[in-house]
Amino acid sequence: MNETLPRKVKLPRLSSRGDGIFRTVIIGLSLIIALTFVLSIVLLGQQSWPAIQEFGLGFLTTNVWNPVTSEYGALSLVMGTLLTSFLALLISVPLAIASALFVAEYAPKWLANPVGYLVELLAAVPSVVYGLWALFALKPLFQQVQLWLYTSNPDLTGHCIELFNSNKTSLPCFFMPQVPTGLGFLLAVTILAIMILPFTASVARDVIRLVPADQREAMYALGATKWEVISLAILPYARAGIMGGVILALGRALGETLAVAMVIGNTPEIIKSIWSPTATMASMIANQFGDAREGLQRASVVGLGLTLFFVSVFVNLIARSIILRMTPKGL
Amino acid sequence: MKKLLTLGLGLVTLTAAAASAETITGAGSSFVYPLYTKMFAEYKKTNNTDVNYQSVGSGAGQQQIIARTVDFGASDNPMSDETMKTAPGKLLHIPTAIGAVVASYNVPGVTTQLQFTGPLLADIYLGKVKLWNDPAIKKLNPDVTLPALPITVARRSDGSGTTAVFTDYLSKISTEWKTKVGSANSVQWPVGVGGKGNDGVAGIVKSTPGSIGYVELTYAKQNKLLFGSVQNHAGKFIVPDNGPAALAAQGVVIPADTRVSITNSANAGAYPISSFTYVIFYQDQKYGNRTQAQAKEFKNLLNWMVGAGQQYNEPLDYAKLPANVVNKAKTILNSVTYGGAKL
Repeated sequence: MNETLPRKVKLPRLSSRGDGIFRTVIIGLSLIIALTFVLSIVLLGQQSWPAIQEFGLGFLTTNVWNPVTSEYGALSLVMGTLLTSFLALLISVPLAIASALFVAEYAPKWLANPVGYLVELLAAVPSVVYGLWALFALKPLFQQVQLWLYTSNPDLTGHCIELFNSNKTSLPCFFMPQVPTGLGFLLAVTILAIMILPFTASVARDVIRLVPADQREAMYALGATKWEVISLAILPYARAGIMGGVILALGRALGETLAVAMVIGNTPEIIKSIWSPTATMASMIANQFGDAREGLQRASVVGLGLTLFFVSVFVNLIARSIILRMTPKGL
Repeated sequence: MKKLLTLGLGLVTLTAAAASAETITGAGSSFVYPLYTKMFAEYKKTNNTDVNYQSVGSGAGQQQIIARTVDFGASDNPMSDETMKTAPGKLLHIPTAIGAVVASYNVPGVTTQLQFTGPLLADIYLGKVKLWNDPAIKKLNPDVTLPALPITVARRSDGSGTTAVFTDYLSKISTEWKTKVGSANSVQWPVGVGGKGNDGVAGIVKSTPGSIGYVELTYAKQNKLLFGSVQNHAGKFIVPDNGPAALAAQGVVIPADTRVSITNSANAGAYPISSFTYVIFYQDQKYGNRTQAQAKEFKNLLNWMVGAGQQYNEPLDYAKLPANVVNKAKTILNSVTYGGAKL
């Protein structure tokens, strides 16, 4: 019997040389990532040093962007970035989860695959194309609404323009357009919401599919309805994974540049209405870096990059700690 | 396969041929990009010199010539004394064309040319004149029915030579503008919406009823935008065009280094919001590993641009340099040296 087996089967040794090489390569690669992170901070810090020296923390708390007098403060831009990103997230996450549930739980197979594929394809569309689409398709619609608001409430319009001009706003004015161009905060939020949708949706779909069949079947066996299965068995199980998708989407929203710069109206002011033209850190960098020639302006624009970097890291850390808390024990 | 091979071989020989000819590199102003593309294509036909021009913006052009990564920088406004001090050598400016900035508008029911004055434009951009039927606009345009529509101000969001020219003019005309806003490549605007580039501003103007925006004349003409005439220093309303823009250079004393603003020119026929666009380069051409032949080739190109090359300005809607300015530019070019010796 023994002779039928070849005698000299060479089993790979447990610690072959390949293992060592692979380990070194892997460690090297991860070190490169860490190094890139550190080097970006160092380089951004170095380039923006003149601005940091000149303005200090005031760079983050003042709201002025005046190349003539060389005064720079990023408050409105930081707020622009955070407000657009979080509002976009607020709109897109429910939609993304709904689409993921549809694809994973409700849709028949012949429909689930194409829909899932199309949602993922949304992530592959370049942001400049989203920007163009927003300009050509959404902007005229928004403008129609703005003009209608403008003309249907002439008294309120006049009152609000007075308020806006003296840098104030009120609750009703917060929903009145500042200038009827269609461009502004709400358009940027809308386009961002659409752009980040696939990130949450495709991750959510995958983790929902990964929920063990036992979980569902156990619920059904207890006589649960489909909705009860989803809300009590599937979503809690998939929660951590879905949040991972949300963080991905948030990262994209915070850093999105081109599409936002095309539609936001590019005015470094804190919003006085949901329609206000405003700006984000990324859109400001895109607009001003190419032509920032005086030292301080250049340093301030790079300083925006550094701020964006830290804001992203900070927001991500918070999001991560939220996930840790939300993850059910034992998973 | 054979076809591919021959194609590949052809490409190789082509690139080899291109590399053997002199190549001059420049970078900067996007405003003159169409003109320079035309000029350099024509120049190559006669002189077999390649000029590689990158349209990266005036500010970036200034930085690249300071960093000596290009042979010349192109900028719509002259370098400030402060910036020139940061350069490793003495920099020279010569103008190559004159551009005009126009106030284009979109007012429902208005199809004729509106008339503006400098103070009116300043008040509109300060947010003081808010409606199209404001008495200040009505007074200048008595025959036009103007709607009671709010004025939407459009301006550049990116740094731009166009903004520098426009705000320089407003600062000369209105002390309030000068103290509240000032002039630079990008400023803190009191009102309005920002668009990126000439096309961004034009896009806002085209799609927003009641809007006004400033763009380059070239751009306004090619895109058939309505734009207004502006009252000049002599009190005449001038329709922006190449001729009136060129006249602007004749109502101002041009200094020997040609670094001057020609807005609000005293010439009676001049369009008041006009400006030079410049090529910036080092007086001494011996730096890096530049050869004397390269330096000579470069000087020839610049001489051609202010000389025979000027014929390409007007067909592309840039104004030609007047003779007095061409002479000044040639004098400057004569002062170019190579390692201290005259070229």
